[in-house]
Amino acid sequence: MASLPENDTDFHAARRASDHESFLVHRRMRWAKVAGALCLSAFLGYFLIDQQPRPNGGSWYGYTLGTIGLGLIVWLSLLGVRKRNMSEGRWSLKAWTSAHVYLGLSLIVIGTLHTGFQLGWNVHTLAWALMMLVIVSGLYGVAVYVLLPGQLSANRKETTRAQMIAALAAIDRQLKHAAQPLGREQSDLVIAALEQDVFGGGAWARLTGRYPNCATRRALCGLPDDFRTMADNTGPEERVRVLLRRRDAQLGQIRRHLRLKALLEVWLFVHIPATIALLAALFAHVTSVFYYW
Amino acid sequence: MPEAFQVAIIGSGPAGLSAAARAAALGMSHVLIEKADHLSDTIFKYQKGKHVMATPSSLVLRSDIDFDAGKREFVLDTWNEQTDGHKVNVAYNAEIASITGEKGDFLLKTKSGTEFRAASVVVAIGTQGNPNLVRCPVGEGAVVQYQLDDPGEYIDEHIVVIGAGDAGIENAMGLASDPQQRNTVTIVNRSADFATAKAANVAALRAMEAEGRLIVRIETTASAIDKGEITLDTRDGEVKIPCDRVIARMGSAPPRAFVEGICAKFEEKDGKKAIVAGTGVQFTSPDRVAYPKLSPTFESTVPGVHVIGALAGYPLIKHCMNQGYDVIEFLNGNRDLKPADEPILAAKFARLPGNRSVDDWLAIFGQNILIFQDVSPLQLRELMLDSQVHAFAAGEVIFARNDTGSSMFAIAQGSVGVEVNPDDPSITVPIGQGSIFGEVGLISGRRRGATIRAAEPVVAIELSRTAALKLLATSPGASRAVTRISIERQLLQMFGSGLTSQDVAPLVDSAEVMQVRAGEVVIAEGGDDKDVFIVRRGSMIVEKQIGGRQVFLSYLPAGSYFGEMAVIDGAPRSASVKAAIKSEIIRLPGDGFMALLASNPKLRERALSDMASRREVNAFVESRKNSFGSAVDMYSETAQFLVDNGIGEATDVLLIDEKLCVGCDNCEKACADSHDGLSRLDREAGRTWAHLHVPTSCRHCEHPHCMADCPPDAIRRGPDGEVFIDETCIGCGNCQRNCPYGVIRMDARPPAKPSLIQWLLFGRGPGPGEAPYAWRKKAAEAEGVERPKVAIKCDMCAGIEGGPACVRACPTGAAIRVAPEKFLSIARLESVE
Repeated sequence: MASLPENDTDFHAARRASDHESFLVHRRMRWAKVAGALCLSAFLGYFLIDQQPRPNGGSWYGYTLGTIGLGLIVWLSLLGVRKRNMSEGRWSLKAWTSAHVYLGLSLIVIGTLHTGFQLGWNVHTLAWALMMLVIVSGLYGVAVYVLLPGQLSANRKETTRAQMIAALAAIDRQLKHAAQPLGREQSDLVIAALEQDVFGGGAWARLTGRYPNCATRRALCGLPDDFRTMADNTGPEERVRVLLRRRDAQLGQIRRHLRLKALLEVWLFVHIPATIALLAALFAHVTSVFYYW
Repeated sequence: MPEAFQVAIIGSGPAGLSAAARAAALGMSHVLIEKADHLSDTIFKYQKGKHVMATPSSLVLRSDIDFDAGKREFVLDTWNEQTDGHKVNVAYNAEIASITGEKGDFLLKTKSGTEFRAASVVVAIGTQGNPNLVRCPVGEGAVVQYQLDDPGEYIDEHIVVIGAGDAGIENAMGLASDPQQRNTVTIVNRSADFATAKAANVAALRAMEAEGRLIVRIETTASAIDKGEITLDTRDGEVKIPCDRVIARMGSAPPRAFVEGICAKFEEKDGKKAIVAGTGVQFTSPDRVAYPKLSPTFESTVPGVHVIGALAGYPLIKHCMNQGYDVIEFLNGNRDLKPADEPILAAKFARLPGNRSVDDWLAIFGQNILIFQDVSPLQLRELMLDSQVHAFAAGEVIFARNDTGSSMFAIAQGSVGVEVNPDDPSITVPIGQGSIFGEVGLISGRRRGATIRAAEPVVAIELSRTAALKLLATSPGASRAVTRISIERQLLQMFGSGLTSQDVAPLVDSAEVMQVRAGEVVIAEGGDDKDVFIVRRGSMIVEKQIGGRQVFLSYLPAGSYFGEMAVIDGAPRSASVKAAIKSEIIRLPGDGFMALLASNPKLRERALSDMASRREVNAFVESRKNSFGSAVDMYSETAQFLVDNGIGEATDVLLIDEKLCVGCDNCEKACADSHDGLSRLDREAGRTWAHLHVPTSCRHCEHPHCMADCPPDAIRRGPDGEVFIDETCIGCGNCQRNCPYGVIRMDARPPAKPSLIQWLLFGRGPGPGEAPYAWRKKAAEAEGVERPKVAIKCDMCAGIEGGPACVRACPTGAAIRVAPEKFLSIARLESVE
């Protein structure tokens, strides 16, 4: 039907990607392949090399695995710096994340083979355990990064956080106005709803999205639809009821947003402190190993 | 009989003020006529404390009044003081309604009936215009005002705001915002919707209405205003409501009609008063951007009436002030005065061979170059200020294929060769002296299509986009010449090498440039019309009816051609083509096209093979319609969503896949850290469809709206296609208002933050990303340097190795920047499979 001018598309194709590609499948899973190869060779080495007297972190092969593992851990922890340091150059944070995920997973194999399965109650095993904790928390992170963004987007419905808050404030203003003609008992319910810290309830409420003490809900229960007085459904009570329902829906959207954001971020509160603890434990592990050589 | 002055100057802005001061200094009898009760109304109306800039810095100021960059108050104080010092004769509160008479004896009448007589008139009224007045009868004692300075001033009043544009809505909301004022505010809108206002303002207005804080009346007009009462004409009949004050915000009329009516003869035409052709001050064309025709001494087509300043096409303060000085010097008989820009032009022309004077070069340009032939010397001078002159040695590359550039070149001396075949640079098509090249980039806003080399030593003028567009809008001759040349070139480029301009001449003669509205169908599927079209500017989308649904087939940017299949095979149209945005297309009659193919067997073969591949795509889509109906729907709807969101005019757009976006805002942080600490994108804002999100971020439009009205011409297109704002920005905010996508912000560049290491280790500074406003304010105060607010927008990270920071900094791959035709290609559909 038609011909395109060729020059533009050629130019862009040469320069950058034209489609969305997740960090998990970045460059046809290049880093998954690298990490897989690393694990495979570590396994082969472990079973083919005759380690005397038994597989151990102190054999030459154990030292090799330990050095690789240490190098990887230090490099993996540098993602936090890379992410914040917006320097020039042809790097992409997506490639870093991809490598971080797959090489991090390969540490399960490398680190565990390095122990020679000699676990005990000591600083060495502490380092291994911390490493596993970091990896498991990271796995949770990968899982929520895959599962939740779609829900976050669907819940947002093109509104920004600021707009959601502004919409709530607008409903509150209308509610205040509309509740003036109500009786004492009912206006107390509305006042309680308006005065409540709607996002309070602590970390648990944030993560589960359950707010059992929600005063807006209570106010809705306190102003039930009275079907016997259907004729009078334009009165002040009905207006307040409509506004309360709207407020409830708006709160629901904001709370779902906060919940999803919290689920997307909560693992970092384990992942990062555990990484710092791991680096400290590794320092102790390496120092003690060399001290008691 | 009023006193006769040597010169009457209308308007006390920078141009008028400078003219009056010069007249006072020369001892000429003069009067400076100002409609307001203060000098320089446009700058007076700037917000308090606004930093007024003095660009271009290379231009020397030649005026009896001082001017330097600084706060609005400082500038106005200086002018007020010096106007008094020069004993300028100012008539305030005098709005001129008509000017009659002739050179030597003009009669100027104000609205209030005062009269002035003057031998010459200088019109320096700027382009701000006057507010449209209410047309209904206004009774004695009724208060009608056209401006609202402080909404907090009025209490306990019934106020009616007429006009529901942004100004009216903002005024109404301001008046109703504080319930303590107890005002009853009504806003009256003539139509049912708020078409001219920003969506955010309309939403806020509706919210206030819902809260009962103000009253919105739609489909209503005022029919009479009396003291304490207004009569409204509503859909349900006449309504009278109490009203102590009317605030009318119904836009303003550009001053052009007034200027055209100066000394004009009027006649009755179809019952309306019309100007007799050839009388009054004439403009160069009916185009909205046209300026009055002026002589080198700023004299209009009415002898004795001079036009200077923004109205004459010079929006910058320094230009205006220099012209004020110059026009009075000319009137005083100084014929040797060189314009103040002479040194700038001399410096520009110094690089040209032959050691000629500025006047010599201007004469050569005017004589040799086809498109300058009906351009006045004054206009040519102005054009040269916005342009570059170049001397190229034989064999030198002037620009290369795929370079970006929206400038147009004119050859003053010598000739160039166009490398039509990128694979074989030895095949060239010559372009001779007096002609132009580079016009495709100007018209379509796309990359250069071919490399151009100087064939012999060449002197060429490079007209910036703004200069070239101004020329085309004001000179019909230049516009015709450029249109013809560009059609011919587009044909030659489209059909590749082997054709000469003689071959395509009949087709060029029969070609027709057509304007199409967004959404207008150019070709209807199944039709048996037989024309071929080229997209000149804008873009098209191709759709096909499959299984009862419109399926999006492809997106055609400027430079594409379509419609040739039906011509070649004689079959009905196989798909529909409609405009994605307002576009310009060239229609070529089908028989002319066939004749061209018949005489060029090679060309025919190529056209046939091109056609075969497109048939394949059609067949592919057709064959899969059952197996992936939902994928096809998805693809079509995604394409439609993107087109609805202005992708049709984009060259490069940030798209976020919200199935991947975790909302970390690292894109915004990276943007801020790469550009002076301010983010140029808003990730969350913007439209979303099926998890595909178009955030608020510049799309680098083919014909950027922001460029339309930039006084210092600070917005340009860079080497990677990016539209950027350079350091000459004066912070006027025009681009922000003109951008339909809201991607430009006005802000002061904050001081540098402490380094990342300092933040990581010691917690110093606000950390990565844009610092909060409070921190920026505090840091700027601590620094003690005044930083003006300037326009800030995405520059696609030009000059930063690695490309756009937002994309590089995305940890999950959710963000990409992409050209629309690349994203909207059928390849996506194949990959869905």
